[in-house]
Amino acid sequence: MRPLGIPISAWIGLISTGLFVFAAVFAPLIAPYPMTEIVGAVWEPRSAEHWLGTDNLGRDLLSRMIYGARTTLGIAAAATILSFTLGSALGMTAAVVGGWIDQLLSRFVDLLMSIPTLIFALVVLSVMPVSIPVLILVMGILDSTRVYRLSRAVAVDVNVMDFVEAAKLRGEGRIWIVTREILPNALSTLVAELGLRFIFAVLFLSSLSFLGLGIQPPAADWGGMVKENKDGIVFGIGAALIPAGAIALLAISVNLVADWILNRTTDLKGGRGGQ
Amino acid sequence: MHIALKLIAQRLALGGLLLVAVSVLIFVGTQILPGDVAQSILGQSATPESLANLRAELGLNEPAITRYFAWAGGMLTGDLGTALTSGADIGDAIGGRLANTLFLASVAAAFSIPLAILLGLLAVRFKDKWPDKLISATTLASISLPEFFIGYLLIFFFGVKLGWFPSVATVYDGMGFWDRLEVVILPALTLTLVVLAHMMRMTRAAILNVMQSAYIESAELKGLSRFKIIYRHAFPNAIAPIVNVVMLNMAYLIVGVVVVEVIFVYPGMGQYLVDHVSKRDVPVVQACGLIFAAFYIGLNLVADVVSILTNPRLRHPK
Repeated sequence: MRPLGIPISAWIGLISTGLFVFAAVFAPLIAPYPMTEIVGAVWEPRSAEHWLGTDNLGRDLLSRMIYGARTTLGIAAAATILSFTLGSALGMTAAVVGGWIDQLLSRFVDLLMSIPTLIFALVVLSVMPVSIPVLILVMGILDSTRVYRLSRAVAVDVNVMDFVEAAKLRGEGRIWIVTREILPNALSTLVAELGLRFIFAVLFLSSLSFLGLGIQPPAADWGGMVKENKDGIVFGIGAALIPAGAIALLAISVNLVADWILNRTTDLKGGRGGQ
Repeated sequence: MHIALKLIAQRLALGGLLLVAVSVLIFVGTQILPGDVAQSILGQSATPESLANLRAELGLNEPAITRYFAWAGGMLTGDLGTALTSGADIGDAIGGRLANTLFLASVAAAFSIPLAILLGLLAVRFKDKWPDKLISATTLASISLPEFFIGYLLIFFFGVKLGWFPSVATVYDGMGFWDRLEVVILPALTLTLVVLAHMMRMTRAAILNVMQSAYIESAELKGLSRFKIIYRHAFPNAIAPIVNVVMLNMAYLIVGVVVVEVIFVYPGMGQYLVDHVSKRDVPVVQACGLIFAAFYIGLNLVADVVSILTNPRLRHPK
């Protein structure tokens, strides 16, 4: 079954991702209660007034989940955009220019990647103020190393193709080569990677917030909500599992979509054309 | 000189160099960025005099290079410095915690490695049949799950609802081995689930790669059973890539441990690091960061060396 030529698994991923994005964009319109207002007792069970119950301070959990989607998805998207812009610009430049600039950048990326990302982020956050711009910057820069490697590898392959040689002989500048010749040919690989990097950013941000080093309360974000509600677990109250499960569901959905894009682009490379 | 030895010596030297570069990066990252240790200890309301005094006391007025060598020299000789917040010796605090973390990581490794290899072999044996498909589907799910989701789910069901295991991993001095083991079961299981899928998928790929060789085809033509081909011919040749996979995942365990220790309130290195990041205790963070990075680089190095040693083409040069 492939409605509109898209496999079922990708449909599930697309619809579920779409719902999350919808919740994030229209949060103030669909959330039944304000984000930080105390509207009930602590950890109320599910009811008609509070579909997911209330949290550790008596705030409506569903409303905080919806606002949390906005924070988590928004910051992860910003970090992903930063890492892609930075990583692919530097990676493709390194591949086209070559020489000592390539060496310098590549060795620096090797160095950054030899420290586990989470550990390095913790080291940096111990001296930086924990604010949203700092988080986006730290996550974006650390993650751009992976985009750099990928886009450099793709660009090195494309760079030796005949049409690039032709453009060079025509006397086109390096900026033209990167933006007009290499970028369009590397785009499909990068788009598939985009989904995976976005999920990594969501998981990374959530881990930081869970450790108390990400988004600061009372703002709602999913990782932070797990932290706020985790003490209920030992009393058998599963409120913390809801934001944690939402992260997992989003990650699975985006992975399903990314898998489909990845398969589609490899199909195209094989030259099979339309199906 | 033997070519494999030469390659290994090169890798070791490179690893040492990398560690030095990483120590510089950690030091620079905590020194040059805005924010000053003295300021963060005393807070925004500190008077300029008390700030100046504390800066002098911490040696912050020395040039950065002097401070780096003093710090790195201390690290090499086992003097990790003192924590700003408690004034306690960092080396003393880390000793027991490092042992706890390594214990947890070893238990997780003891669960995950045999299981991953077994499942990988099964996936190859039943390639494209339902066991393989089931294993692939679980892989996708488990790659997407954050550590705290798995951890709290396990606590919720096995710790609270069923009461089989303690939900909080409390460790005290003089605790017996079996008591300790019982306490780390749930955290180790969490870590296992985190690395299992990846390790299994790479094991499957490594064996499938070997299965395409000509000698496997001749074993098939000889009429050997499929299971015998896998364990007599394919598996021995896949050991090197599998060891590589295992080492890379152990390196990943070292990071996963940070979040898992916080979930289970387990007194290890990860919890110690996270605690002191929020207290902005820079010397502790530097020391822990360097130790984590050293383990990470070390395990990656072992993976490299093993793949050189087990590569027949390098062991028997022409």
